Amino acid sequence: MHYGRGDGQVRAVDGLSLQVAPGTVTAILGPNGAGKTTTIETCEGFRRPQSGQVRVLGLDPVGDAEELRPRVGVMLQSGGAWLGVRAGEMLRHMASLYAHPMPVEPLVERLGMTSFARTTYRRLSGGQKQRLSLAMAIVGRPELVFLDEPTAGLDPQSRRATWDLVDELRRHGVTTVLTTHYMDEAQQLSDFVHIIDAGRVIASGTPTELVADGAQNTIRLRTRAGLDTDSLAKELPAGATVAEPEPGHYVLTTGVDPAVLHRLTGWCAAHDVLVDSVLVEHQTLEDRFLELTGRELR
Amino acid sequence: MTSLDLSPAPGAASRARRLRAQTAMELRLTVRNGEQMVVTFVIPLLLLIVGSRSDRFIDSDRPLDVLAPGVLGLAIVSTSFTSLAIATAFERRYGVLKRLGATPLSRSGLLGGKVGAVAILQVAQFAVLGGLAVALGWRPEEPVAGVVWLLVLGLLGTIAFGGLGLLLAGTLRAEATLALANLIYVLLLVGGGLLLPLDRHPEAARGLVTLLPSGALGEGLREAFATGSPGTFVVVVLAVWAVVAAAAAGRWFRWE
Repeated sequence: MHYGRGDGQVRAVDGLSLQVAPGTVTAILGPNGAGKTTTIETCEGFRRPQSGQVRVLGLDPVGDAEELRPRVGVMLQSGGAWLGVRAGEMLRHMASLYAHPMPVEPLVERLGMTSFARTTYRRLSGGQKQRLSLAMAIVGRPELVFLDEPTAGLDPQSRRATWDLVDELRRHGVTTVLTTHYMDEAQQLSDFVHIIDAGRVIASGTPTELVADGAQNTIRLRTRAGLDTDSLAKELPAGATVAEPEPGHYVLTTGVDPAVLHRLTGWCAAHDVLVDSVLVEHQTLEDRFLELTGRELR
Repeated sequence: MTSLDLSPAPGAASRARRLRAQTAMELRLTVRNGEQMVVTFVIPLLLLIVGSRSDRFIDSDRPLDVLAPGVLGLAIVSTSFTSLAIATAFERRYGVLKRLGATPLSRSGLLGGKVGAVAILQVAQFAVLGGLAVALGWRPEEPVAGVVWLLVLGLLGTIAFGGLGLLLAGTLRAEATLALANLIYVLLLVGGGLLLPLDRHPEAARGLVTLLPSGALGEGLREAFATGSPGTFVVVVLAVWAVVAAAAAGRWFRWE
């Protein structure tokens, strides 16, 4: 996919390029207004790109919509059901539009919707609406699913249930593209992450790669005060720094791997330093995200 | 935990099945919606009962000859315009059109479901309101020709008012559509030539009223049940409205 979108005033998405491999979970991560929904809705055929090309399953989302619709499941960020429809009724209606839908009852049970299956949409809580919307996206047994912020506003249990389902979809060979601004979600759930900001991809890779690409990790070391920090720094890889912000409390900034820890403890043994505690702080995707997109509010 | 087969098996249900499902869904939702039932059934029923018992509005020894065709015309407007516009406006607002447009149903199926639901409701309206009118003593001069013309004018009127209703729903905010669709319903009911015959309107307004789709529908139905033919003029007026309204809706309706 490579396309641009937006008018004179706002270019929501500008020369964004990304590809999604079949049978994987891809997260599109970005701050509010980064162009996540614009991107996903262009793939869903709701918006026509003004330049560039979008191919979904090798087809044009607008021109080949009829062929694509049965194959692609969509979860909108909000809405999508009549106010007066019952949750189970809406799901059965969706199922009736497809040739080989999932059986509705087991799906209702699987997503914990039994208690509100007979409740009208207008009376559902935000989380219940989200679960219905997710069920609606997959009931037609699509091969590709677009989920726009699938866990926004969910309680922790429902979030886990959604994650489990996405994971299970992957095991069944379904391709999932989701947007989120929860870092832990992207880190836990996805095979690939594309971080986008101001309509462009600013970083792509597996969650591990993205974190590893980032700046140094931190090691916090507690022991006696007054160590020779320069000597310790020389023992560590080039670029490492060692500081003692409080007596006996050292902060080492360095790339961390097992060999580095071995050298650290070796240095301690050679200098007769008994370590009270050593704590390795891994950089999370969140750190990396903030590093890439900046910390200011927008 | 139940095991669920999530493996892909994409495919669309047959067009007929999709259309049936959508029509049935639209019908269920309309029937469940109290306000829509008031506009489409309760108000026409009350007008029929009250109007037939009172000579305040229609000065005739056979008030039902005037009243019953007008109420049938009002029924057509209530489903194809007011109810359709309001329902569609909120479907647009709550992303139902968007969401279902992304299923195998597609936009054409959405429209087809609406056409089906409106048609079924109108047949039910004709049966209930016509039946009650007969029970109250309505004996039209030309019952057979009248019913045939009811279906013909009903079709033209439904396209005309349906197009206008969708035009409102597809261009304005849902609240504005709600207010306007109800207001126009009341205005047409009182002064649009629908319920009251042309000679009960102020003389200066009559020319305009005959050119309104409501005036053409009301006058046409009264004439058809009385004489067996609505006259060419009202058929032409309704047909022009049907073409213009459908084209305008097709041109300006926005799905989101």
